[in-house]
Amino acid sequence: MTTTRVIPCLLLRHGGLVKTVKFKDPKYLGDPINIVKIFNDKEVDEIVLLDIAATVENKRPAFDLLAKITSEAFMPLAYGGGIRHVEDIKTILRLGVEKVCINAHAVEDFSFVRVAADFAGSQSVVVSIDVKRNPSGRHEVHTCAGTRTTGLDPVNYAMEMQKQGAGELLLNSIDRDGTMQGYDLELIRRVTGAVTIPVVACGGAGTVQHLAEAVKEGASAVAAGSMFVFQGPHRAVLISYPTHQDLHQLAQNPAGVIL
Amino acid sequence: MIAIIDYGMGNLGSIANMLRKVGAPNVISSDPEVIERADKLILPGVGAFDTGVKNLTDRKLIPLLNRQALQDKKPVLGVCLGMQLLARRSEEGQLPGLSWLDAEIIRFKFDEDNVDLKIPHMGWNTLQVCQTHSLLAELDAHARFYFVHSYHLACADTRNVLAQTNYGYDFPSVVMRENILGVQFHPEKSHRFGMKLLKNFAERV
Repeated sequence: MTTTRVIPCLLLRHGGLVKTVKFKDPKYLGDPINIVKIFNDKEVDEIVLLDIAATVENKRPAFDLLAKITSEAFMPLAYGGGIRHVEDIKTILRLGVEKVCINAHAVEDFSFVRVAADFAGSQSVVVSIDVKRNPSGRHEVHTCAGTRTTGLDPVNYAMEMQKQGAGELLLNSIDRDGTMQGYDLELIRRVTGAVTIPVVACGGAGTVQHLAEAVKEGASAVAAGSMFVFQGPHRAVLISYPTHQDLHQLAQNPAGVIL
Repeated sequence: MIAIIDYGMGNLGSIANMLRKVGAPNVISSDPEVIERADKLILPGVGAFDTGVKNLTDRKLIPLLNRQALQDKKPVLGVCLGMQLLARRSEEGQLPGLSWLDAEIIRFKFDEDNVDLKIPHMGWNTLQVCQTHSLLAELDAHARFYFVHSYHLACADTRNVLAQTNYGYDFPSVVMRENILGVQFHPEKSHRFGMKLLKNFAERV
């Protein structure tokens, strides 16, 4: 049977890799080509690469950098950031990237997801949904690296994106991002309960147990940033990834969690 | 020289990247002369069955490929949609496939015990090898491969099945008829496991 995908989610900013906390205070980690290469050596299941500055600064995807990254990445790769045209999707897929993540432009124009899926096939179209709780505790979709509110409820929006042809959803909790305190499980439960397409949980994972919790709530795959790039209380940069043995052991644990 | 057939269906760069990594000379092409000169062919592909058949037809590649595979007996490896195109027909579309294998393409259909399984089958899965073959030589016992597909092969002749994979039930994931080979997964996206398989295709098949 298929094993649950465990996915490093890496953030690009101005050509470097960074890690944020609650979508703020980007800390520089290193050169993206090197870091992706390390993850490749660790035989990770998949990588999600998001350029968090592209849309905010109104830039197109960094195609040259992507080409360099894909030439050494022998696993599935998803890219997001600044995608607003089908032409860009075509270029990105041609470089050897499997999936594109659409975020802000999906909110602005739902039908763009349909156009993208008709062109590339649903399996290559991921809609990335950034969610933050508003002061009353209600989940709300945000865009532009969390800087813009949309008024959209993530459950209704997720259903709409599925209808438009999205093949997968990357569901990110802004409140949990970088905290390593665990996923927003209520958010995962609400969204996975409303759609049939795979949902990748993101935002908050700090331990393998957190990953298992998200799977239990219905996530088809689990993504994490800090957990795979930081070590220790002072957040020293160290690239790591659970061994397949670790993940397998977790699957066998007494709680009966299947990962 | 391995020719990767370019018929406008997806991710050829990744296959070329991995062949380059294993030191196998390769070229991405839809040029009949280049294809005829090549020692081996890879038929890649991501997308819908009918679009694949139509694109091969529009580029006038079908008679050429038939000659290469059936008369000249050149080793051919179909990958993902490229593997499905080796069959006679598909539930996904109306157009006939290359019909090099006595097989049909059907959609995943699960019984009550497995209704929760998502379609497409997306992620890493393993092989149960049914027959030894040079394509699968010296594969790691824990080899896993990356799959993304909603339809799968159903072979009329089990002798064509080199390996199968379980997703709700067993389906053929590596197939063979003489010089014709096909894999449902993406070796080019399957780390050292896929690299070994492509190296086998380049050096041993």
